[in-house]
Amino acid sequence: MVGSLLLRGMLVGIMAGLLAFGFARVFGEPQVDHAIAFEEQQAQAAGEASEPELVSRSTQAGIGLLTGTLVYGASIGGLFALVFSYVQGRVSGFGPRGTAALIALAGFVVIILVPQFKYPANPPSVGNTETIEARTQLFFILLTVSILAAVASIGLAKRLASQYGTWNAWIAAAAAYLIVMASAEYALPPINEVPEQFSAAVLWDFRVASLGIQTVLWAAIGVLFGAVAERKLVDRRDGRPVASIAVR
Amino acid sequence: MSEIALRPVVLPAPIPVRELLPWAVFGGLMLLMAIYFIGAEEGATSLMRGTYVHEFVHDGRHLLGFPCH
Repeated sequence: MVGSLLLRGMLVGIMAGLLAFGFARVFGEPQVDHAIAFEEQQAQAAGEASEPELVSRSTQAGIGLLTGTLVYGASIGGLFALVFSYVQGRVSGFGPRGTAALIALAGFVVIILVPQFKYPANPPSVGNTETIEARTQLFFILLTVSILAAVASIGLAKRLASQYGTWNAWIAAAAAYLIVMASAEYALPPINEVPEQFSAAVLWDFRVASLGIQTVLWAAIGVLFGAVAERKLVDRRDGRPVASIAVR
Repeated sequence: MSEIALRPVVLPAPIPVRELLPWAVFGGLMLLMAIYFIGAEEGATSLMRGTYVHEFVHDGRHLLGFPCH
């Protein structure tokens, strides 16, 4: 059962990655081009020779971007299926479609939205080569903190539910998660490597496009995986689970 | 109406952890490796020489929000 859900998750992720690629082509690539034009203009003004292209721009924006979004989509889709396999029937009291939608929403908030508030996506020419090590470490530290805080909050909600009711327990858990993340993001060092003359409008558009790509990806995975998992787990004729039945 | 209201909610039973664990460990590891190659290889850390992987997935890396040069 887990194997077939994992396979389905990865296939759904590839479809979602394809949608994300389309969105990235239309809304993201123009911003990348603006940023690279700025980079070259700065290099020219400084009298530096332009960098030799190892991979052409059209390859980067075409098959390279497609590879990135498809592999990323398949990976997120597969991990999604593994989380779903554990959560279904344990944490969530919803059916497969509701559970998948909730995991997608929570995943987007915990893995993308909240960490990106502190360390947002940056276009080319923003970010020094010398600081890539520190920036990568901080990025993954914040990501790990966010995931751990979310898991702990869900555990807290489960524990509080019997005493204070489900609604109150989940509100308390969400507040606990937000307090932990606000503290972590306050404590971690800021990163601002935007060049003085870089267009604020391009930076904004780039970051909105980046969040848009992730929104498309996670929404597509949540909706598509829910439909696919329901076909696998629930008999469509009588609406009863195919494998084992749990009556509540 | 009361029949509908009283119909018990039927949900698929949880998948046993011992069935899930091997998939989660091996599958999870492979998938995280794939994300590493798209998001971080030849940036702060390198498993392979050169910068070809970095340059090839360059646009995706920036647009998906990973730290890059």
